[in-house]
Amino acid sequence: MNSSIVVVVLASAVAYGTPLLYAALGELLAERSGVLNLGVEGMMLVGAVLGFLAVQRIDGPKGVVLPLAVAVAALAGAVAALVLAFLVITLRANQIVAGLALTILCGAAGLSSYIANDFELAANPARYSFEEVNAFGLQELPVVGPVIFGQTWLVYASWICVVLVGLYLSRTRPGLNVRAIGEVPAAADAMGISVTRYRYAHTIAGGAFAGVGGACFSLALTPLWVDGLTGGTGWIAIALVIFAFWRADLCLVGAYVFGAFSALPLILQAKGYTVTPQLFQALPYVMTIVVLVIVSSGIGRRRLGAPASLGVPYVREER
Amino acid sequence: MSLPQVRIEKRLEQRRWLMVAVPLGSLVVAHIAIAILLVATGHPPIPTFRRLFDAAYLADGALTNSLIAATPLAFTGLAAAVAFRMKLFNIGAEGQLYVGAIGASGVAILLAGQSAPVLIGAMIVGGAVLGAAWGAIPGLLRAFLRTNEIITSLMLNYVAALVLNYLIFDSLSYWRDTSATGLVFPQGKVLVDAATWPVTTIGSVAIPFGFLVAVAVAFIVWVLYTRTRFGFEAQVIGDSPRAARYAGMRTRRKIVAIMCLSGAIAGIGGASQMGDFRHVLDARGLQQANYGYTGIVVAALARYNPFAVVFAAFLLGGLQNAGYTLQSAEFPSGLVGVMQGMILFAMLGGELLVQYRISIARPIRHARAQTESAS
Repeated sequence: MNSSIVVVVLASAVAYGTPLLYAALGELLAERSGVLNLGVEGMMLVGAVLGFLAVQRIDGPKGVVLPLAVAVAALAGAVAALVLAFLVITLRANQIVAGLALTILCGAAGLSSYIANDFELAANPARYSFEEVNAFGLQELPVVGPVIFGQTWLVYASWICVVLVGLYLSRTRPGLNVRAIGEVPAAADAMGISVTRYRYAHTIAGGAFAGVGGACFSLALTPLWVDGLTGGTGWIAIALVIFAFWRADLCLVGAYVFGAFSALPLILQAKGYTVTPQLFQALPYVMTIVVLVIVSSGIGRRRLGAPASLGVPYVREER
Repeated sequence: MSLPQVRIEKRLEQRRWLMVAVPLGSLVVAHIAIAILLVATGHPPIPTFRRLFDAAYLADGALTNSLIAATPLAFTGLAAAVAFRMKLFNIGAEGQLYVGAIGASGVAILLAGQSAPVLIGAMIVGGAVLGAAWGAIPGLLRAFLRTNEIITSLMLNYVAALVLNYLIFDSLSYWRDTSATGLVFPQGKVLVDAATWPVTTIGSVAIPFGFLVAVAVAFIVWVLYTRTRFGFEAQVIGDSPRAARYAGMRTRRKIVAIMCLSGAIAGIGGASQMGDFRHVLDARGLQQANYGYTGIVVAALARYNPFAVVFAAFLLGGLQNAGYTLQSAEFPSGLVGVMQGMILFAMLGGELLVQYRISIARPIRHARAQTESAS
């Protein structure tokens, strides 16, 4: 039963959705504070390449090297986000162009490729990679076994992150402050909350999440280096945040839906079905557009809309 | 003693010399940043830059090749500039260029027996129409359903890429070469010779016809934005949608029109790829080139001025050409992307200097103490 196509699709939906989930959680944090970061793809790629470099170069047992590599990836994403934060928060640059610049700078034909080339990363597969763990020995259970209990540590960590980010935004004082800044920064400022500091912190934290998302590729899904191995996941993450109405729990659902769509054509082909792969591959993109249309008109606009000041630089004396 | 305070104030008037000085300064800053990166990774910066500029502009045939690389960037740059100027963030030039290439090559295959002028004209129209149609989708959604055009135009890039792949790799479409070899090695039908766009040669430099078209388009865009009511209104809508509505401007129509225009320009870029350079619907090659995204860098570097776009396209086209030429030699890959990103970053940071005045105010008490000691 566990080799039936439905179970395989569900299990890979979770696996393929995980990088998307990390990136989307990061983007969620940034957007809730009012910063639209279009550099997700770039931050994921620097995370992916430096995480991979760490695995290749750090000596030690697997249990030490892999967490270190993830930390390196998070740090790399955070540094990339810091550059963007300086540009859009302090220098008040256009967030859209700045985000694109970050993706070009770090992206498939930029820094990530430069680093990979310089350290000849494409030559060898990863020395260690995250493997599926058999949690509580329950992997053999029908359906839920492979889907829930047979995933990698990165997947389990992502579930914890979803809970933490969700609770942080909805149940804590700083979380409330972030949401206030995303909606009406002037009011938050009047309350004595530092808009600049909060926006910096959340953009950088978002970058760290994106870096880990990138590492999901180079350390788990495809543990080797090819330029641009994230293949546009960062862009989908941006769409996913909208798809999830800016809520952490819905990011999880959305990520797995998108994950299923990207896994489906691969699995169907492996099972010998003749499909037009482009049709399936196009589905997530078309769906994003459809969801966006729904969100931006009618029902979505009433309650579930974007943070009101998303993409708008905050300058105290201007309005 | 307190630290001097940095004050940032909006400039009431933008200084003209700053508009030239800031882009130039940004280029310098970007090069310094890249030099640091090169040193940090053990590459000598000066020789690397020299080889880069040699390959881009000075070597035999370098200018010709740089113009070839600049042509698509001029189109996608203009496409971005047209839309961004109205604060419509169309980042779909990539996909619009693909469908433009599909349109132009389809027309060229259909009209294979016609004379060259007819074919070339038809290709431009074919590319423009399909590009405009592809750009119209996010435009209509934005105008009538208030859907964010950034994400929709971006998603459509992926869809367009998949359409390209489908036409060439996974179907026996009208565009695919269905001869014996074409079935084994999927590729597009080769266009007839009459569909090859002419080349103008000045001295030893060959100028592709597409580049001249891009210059003409730049002129049209300049006229549109500086000399027509349509362009004026588009800018007002971009700067202040509310004011535009109160003034009775037709906001929705203009959004759709500008998105169509932007798409059409990118589409002609696709047509130029077919007519000038590739002569066959090259699904993989077009996707690897990233013309659309680089076009946004070009537009931002040019501060959305159409003539400056053509110049910026030439600059970045030169870089890209150098990147290809040097790839085989011992040359750090990815450097060109890093340079483009750095230049854009520096440019964006410099924008602050154009828009704002930065003054460093000394604390008052400190200043008084100084004047007292002076007297």
